[in-house]
Amino acid sequence: MTDLLAARTQMALSLGFHIIFAEIGIALPLMMVIAEVMWRRTGDSTYLDLAKRWAKGTAILFAVGAVSGTVLSFELGLLWPGFMRLAGPLIGIPFSLEGFAFFLEAIFLGVYLYGWDRVSPRAHIAAGLVVAASGAASAVFVVLVNAWMNTPVGYTLAQGGKLAGIDPIAGMQSPAAFQQALHMLLASYAATGFAVAGIHAWVSLRGRPSAFHRRALAIALAVGAPAAVLQPISGDISARSVAETQPVKLAALEGQWETRRRAPLRIGGFPDEAREATPFALEIPGALSFLAFHDVNAEVKGLKTVARDDRPPVAVVHLAFQVMVGLGSAMALIALYAAVVAARGRALSSDRPLLVALAVAAPFGYLATEAGWMVTEVGRQPWVVQGVMRTSHAVTPMPGLIVPLVLFSVLYLGLGAVVISLIASLVRETATT
Amino acid sequence: MSGFFASIGLPEIVAGVMVLALNAYVLTGGADFGGGVWDLLARGPRRDDQRELIAGAIGPIWEANHVWLILVLVILFSSFPDAFATLVIVLHIPLSLMLVGIVLRGSSFVFRSYGSRAEGPQRRWSRVFAVTSIITPVLLGVIVGAIASGTVGEAATMLPSFGSAPTRMTAPYYLIFVAPWLAPFPLALGALALAMFAFLAAVYLGMAARDDAMRDLFRKRALATAAVVFITAFVSLVLAFDGAPTVGRGLMLLEGSLLLQATTGAAAIIAIWALVTRRWRVARIAAAAQVSLILWGWVLVQYPLIVPPTHTLRSAAAPDITLELVLWGCAGGSVLLLPSLAYLYRTFGRQAE
Ligand code: HDD
Ligand code: HEM
Ligand code: HEM
Repeated sequence: MTDLLAARTQMALSLGFHIIFAEIGIALPLMMVIAEVMWRRTGDSTYLDLAKRWAKGTAILFAVGAVSGTVLSFELGLLWPGFMRLAGPLIGIPFSLEGFAFFLEAIFLGVYLYGWDRVSPRAHIAAGLVVAASGAASAVFVVLVNAWMNTPVGYTLAQGGKLAGIDPIAGMQSPAAFQQALHMLLASYAATGFAVAGIHAWVSLRGRPSAFHRRALAIALAVGAPAAVLQPISGDISARSVAETQPVKLAALEGQWETRRRAPLRIGGFPDEAREATPFALEIPGALSFLAFHDVNAEVKGLKTVARDDRPPVAVVHLAFQVMVGLGSAMALIALYAAVVAARGRALSSDRPLLVALAVAAPFGYLATEAGWMVTEVGRQPWVVQGVMRTSHAVTPMPGLIVPLVLFSVLYLGLGAVVISLIASLVRETATT
Repeated sequence: MSGFFASIGLPEIVAGVMVLALNAYVLTGGADFGGGVWDLLARGPRRDDQRELIAGAIGPIWEANHVWLILVLVILFSSFPDAFATLVIVLHIPLSLMLVGIVLRGSSFVFRSYGSRAEGPQRRWSRVFAVTSIITPVLLGVIVGAIASGTVGEAATMLPSFGSAPTRMTAPYYLIFVAPWLAPFPLALGALALAMFAFLAAVYLGMAARDDAMRDLFRKRALATAAVVFITAFVSLVLAFDGAPTVGRGLMLLEGSLLLQATTGAAAIIAIWALVTRRWRVARIAAAAQVSLILWGWVLVQYPLIVPPTHTLRSAAAPDITLELVLWGCAGGSVLLLPSLAYLYRTFGRQAE
């Protein structure tokens, strides 16, 4: 394994690990506050029980998110010093703002978790809301950085590939910023809402449905289902922005080699980089042109417009995109079905097909998230900053990067196993409620 | 002195804010690590009470305290990108180990608090928590020591160019990635950092203790660690002459450094006197002042270098626009942050009284 590949793998691993906890840190506090508000309103102690259990889950998962995020902040430099030296002054501002969002999140999580009988009910709910809001804010800030890597603006290119005349505020408003931030926030609510709903659906299927699980399911779906329905729309906005600003990435998403009008949408298929073709795909004529530009006759650029060296690994990107869209469509359909059940005035937890679908779909959101980041990050290769710096130029000159890769892989595997077992035992406790 | 003030510009102000954040990290996050030391050393029939006191004191605040480190890092990489790149490349190994420590310390703490109450897992997580609470501050001190000693800057001159098409490394691995930090002076600073953190924690815990016996226990421990701080500081100073010439000479010769040392010494004496006479509030302020002065002493003797001997604050600084925005960001952030922090500490400090 080359050092570059080791560095990329370590970055992907760390981000792939962190993102799950980050998504939970955004959405679970919201659910826990909703449960607490319901308890204060109705006096129904099942809601209190629910709020406390979700708070416990938040405490564990937030801490793992915080420490893995700290690792990431350092890794940006440890693995990609060339990138940070180039871009640090430009992207440092959203990172600093994110730092303050972390502060608020951590402070008020402390107040929330340990303050049940130390602060007034109002202050307690407010603290939970601050946690939820600053979690969302920190996600937006960090995604602004990623959007800049995809569609860099706010500088002029100077001698030796350096950035001159930088404008960090303009850098925060890159063309991909809004779409990516929106898509990421919706992903967090959809993924976590579905995961929580899935767990309670599964417990309800196995035992007798209790008030506890009924209420949990309702709150989780209230958070997750609207986001899941909106996500394909947001994804369409993202795709059109990618078509405009990152044509090579779009071509990789779709396995499109030739530049052409009336480009087809491919479902399935195996892009073959040597033969420069995507066989075995179900092609819908003109659909890609339509989706990307809302015009069946629009021209879609193909991968062949750039040299082989400037193309991303097409197969991974195409496959990851299919996975995300497939999972996203399934989640949206399940959410719509749940809405129909609710609109008919039936209890969600008494609809068996819904419970089964939810239990199966529990991991869908996180899987779609991982796939989505594969699309974004691998699809940008070989660039770390689109068109400005190559990933191979950003990497640290330190040899032997396989060692930290193995170290952090073992660490994350271990942590992941412990977290899963702790959450499983939390769930087992509730199964008897 | 007047020359010093005339030299203050944007890079120096931003660096000052960064050191303030580091100072805050040392006083808050540092003490949380120190708590882990006392968790490991918890002895006697009231061992569990000691552990409970420590966990209760750290629980609500450690995650907020930890964010100071992230702030330091973010200010460093946005405002002094050249210095940051040099540090992270050369110090890859101790930084990675420190990260492992941070990850395991934080997660074992919550696993212990929220996981199974059974004896086995409790003991296991306690052990991980305590051991990583020791390793992490030592590594932090080692990193600071390596920077101060100038070996990091020197090693960086042997690096191949980076940030463009990669070139092969010719200098020996050990010389660049290990020797700069695996040396007596950095290790002595590691010991000093650990001692300072344990000292702070003992003082804070003594203050938070609910009964006299416990308070007295931590008073004795604070006094004992004060002696260890003194010894490790002295050893570091002696080693500095050889291992960190800038620091060594600076501490003895620099204009104003005598004053700084006298103040540090005075703070130390006041802290000890206050501990002996059980004046807890005074003790806490004096202990915090002593530790902060040691930190600022390092910063001042190495000023205006950020990575000695190669990078000055000015040569490593980002464009003015970034520095200005970082300052605005920090000012704006503080408006939200400081009242929130005060609220946090007030809410959970009350248990002391
Ligand atoms: C719950 C998770 C989830 C779901 C259901 C979807 N996505 Fe997604 N997608 C993400 C989670 C995600 C993500 C992980 O959050 C990404 C990575 C970067 C980003 O901004 O969002 C992403 C990126 C991403 C990109 C690349 C953006 C870029 O590189 O700038 C496109 C084109 C789409 N998505 C499109 C879609 C479509 C058409 C979906 C239809 C169902 C969809 N996504 C569902
Ligand atoms: C290079 C990428 C990233 C870096 C450097 C990074 C950095 C960090 C750091 C340092 C923390 C710890 C804060 C604390 O101590 O409380 C953290 C937590 C967090 N991050 Fe990330 N992060 C990255 C990617 C992301 C992404 C893509 C998201 C979007 C969802 C995100 C959302 C969060 C949230 C919500 C938290 C709060 C902690 C939690 O909920 O577990 N981060 N991150
Ligand atoms: C948390 C969600 C994210 C995930 C799962 C993710 C995933 C990945 C993956 C799979 C790679 C490897 C790509 C390759 O080398 O083929 C990568 C690289 C990278 N990512 Fe992301 N990413 C995320 C968010 C971010 C954000 C928010 C930033 C910036 C702040 C970022 C910065 C980088 C950098 C610097 C690299 C290395 C250079 C490169 O390969 O382009 N990532 N990430």
